[in-house]
Amino acid sequence: MEKTMQITLGPLLFFWPKNEVISFYEKVAESSIDRVYLGEVVCSKRRELKLGDWLTIAKLLQAKGKEAILSTLTLIEAESELAQVSKVCENGDFSVEANDMAAVHYLSKVGIPFITGPSVNLYSAEALQVLHRTGLKRWVLPVELSFDHLKMIMNRLKELGIHDLETEVFSYGYLPLAYSARCFTARTHELSKDSCEFSCIKSSAGIPLATQEGDALFTINGIQTLSGSCHNIMDQWQAMESIGVKAMRLSGHSEDVLKTAKDLALAIGAMEKGYSGKGELECNGYWLGKEGIKKAY
Amino acid sequence: MLREKLLDNSMELVCPAGNLPSLKAAVDNGADAVYIGFRDETNARHFAGLNFSDQRAMKALDYVHKNPRGKKVRLFVAVNTYAQATNWSRWKKAVDMCADFGVDALIAADISVLDYASKRYPDLNLHLSVQASATNQASLSFYHDHFGIKRAVLPRVLSLKQVERLAQKSPVELEVFAFGSLCIMAEGRCILSSYVTGESPNTAGACSPASAVRWQTTANGMETRLGGLLIDRFDNNEQAGYPTLCKGRFRVNDTVSHAIEEPTSLNTLDLIPQLHQAGISAVKIEGRQRSPAYVAEVVRIWREALDHYQENPGSFMTNERWMSGLSRLSEGSQTTLGAYNRPWQ
Repeated sequence: MEKTMQITLGPLLFFWPKNEVISFYEKVAESSIDRVYLGEVVCSKRRELKLGDWLTIAKLLQAKGKEAILSTLTLIEAESELAQVSKVCENGDFSVEANDMAAVHYLSKVGIPFITGPSVNLYSAEALQVLHRTGLKRWVLPVELSFDHLKMIMNRLKELGIHDLETEVFSYGYLPLAYSARCFTARTHELSKDSCEFSCIKSSAGIPLATQEGDALFTINGIQTLSGSCHNIMDQWQAMESIGVKAMRLSGHSEDVLKTAKDLALAIGAMEKGYSGKGELECNGYWLGKEGIKKAY
Repeated sequence: MLREKLLDNSMELVCPAGNLPSLKAAVDNGADAVYIGFRDETNARHFAGLNFSDQRAMKALDYVHKNPRGKKVRLFVAVNTYAQATNWSRWKKAVDMCADFGVDALIAADISVLDYASKRYPDLNLHLSVQASATNQASLSFYHDHFGIKRAVLPRVLSLKQVERLAQKSPVELEVFAFGSLCIMAEGRCILSSYVTGESPNTAGACSPASAVRWQTTANGMETRLGGLLIDRFDNNEQAGYPTLCKGRFRVNDTVSHAIEEPTSLNTLDLIPQLHQAGISAVKIEGRQRSPAYVAEVVRIWREALDHYQENPGSFMTNERWMSGLSRLSEGSQTTLGAYNRPWQ
């Protein structure tokens, strides 16, 4: 059977030194990943790589047969940030993943087909229909929605006569849960946001936050709050495929994500249930319609 | 220019009501507009015992439009959660009801709700809810161009300078949060609650729902739990706060602290002149879940302050009586300027 499920790599959510980012994407270029989302989506103060650097990486990946997509900043506050989003949307070479309606505005105005990331609030087929009219070609399911919800949305899309919209599901990694004006990494280091000393660079996979009883709760990542457990629903690839999901997104917090991608690709190739984790703290509750933090079997 | 036009006007005081007594308290104490929600998951304060049935909403409309004080008061209805695939028609019905009642504005966030409302009822006045997370000019333009929104409520993430810059370029009127509980995360972009309880503002209109809350007296003091997880532990001399995830005491590295935010409330009374000069059209009081007595007191103080500013725009000073009155009503008896004040960020 021809392989239909694609494996994608979401934008790097953490702040790594430029050399490490480049070396990571050089390995991505040789990996089992089909599509790669690039760019800074969390904090505009993270400037180890400029847009030109991301474009260079995109071209490298493209030359290696990968599809490269540029992903935009999620929480846009300053005019300079908005100008940057506009520049990404106008890059001319690569498709763009919009993480805010600002990017949707820029892309739909000039008629460029676009993708929405998991932070764009699309909870129904009716909402998807509105953006589909303006050029939406692929969307990433909001992470808090379940398989049952997605199935209902997919059925309704068909009823609405929408057959060319691709669906991607966030399937592995720390879940993006919230964005704030405040920088929690700076707060942890007792620094103000304006003089944060770019301290995110000290924590390559964020900073764990636990309850006073030691239960892992969240992961602090600058102005973003991620889940404390690693979401993993890779064993659900057949269920996804059965309802028409076209791609599974992995989100990396280390280079190990490439091994994870390889295992998933092998499982899909062998028609096996799939990689079900390697013992780190994991969760899958959202997909099962429960609390996101839960791990059910 | 919108800005010059608005400078002639005073800012509209938009007040919350979770039930008819609160609505009356808001109107009687000087609200310019009151916002309410229906009794279901179509609004972001979907709590047991709160909100308005069809009949109650009719009574509310009747009361604001026949305000005994003689002043025209407007009624806004929030249908501001995200319409779920399971029950999309419920949101449609809520929009139909708003149009039937002839409410003064419908507050919505979901593009499918806005799309339906703008097409089916072109004369219905649409306000963009804070839950839509529109923080910039391009995003506001998207909602303006597609749905003809007249006003947007800004998320509590912008600094005063950013609000001022945005107001200069915004294609629509802007409303900002003035007082009440402080969401530290960008509204509409926070699902901490569903991660722990299964319900979020986006999916269920609820944050840290009461059904997931446990209060336990232990040898270590009062413990508050959400979804079974310890959110905070209070000594006997501390007042235990509601276990909202962003305001708990957690362990980061080896330190236990309010790692995200202290229990505190937003109070922007000090910023009235700046907000008005920036061209902000309306200031919003948070708290549809609050008591009529709370609503009455907050609205009374804000009315007095706004009137005082209108009379003395050049020499406005906040009055100590207002500030202490508002502090008493605040979470942890503390108030902050929040994101408006850059160092807080």
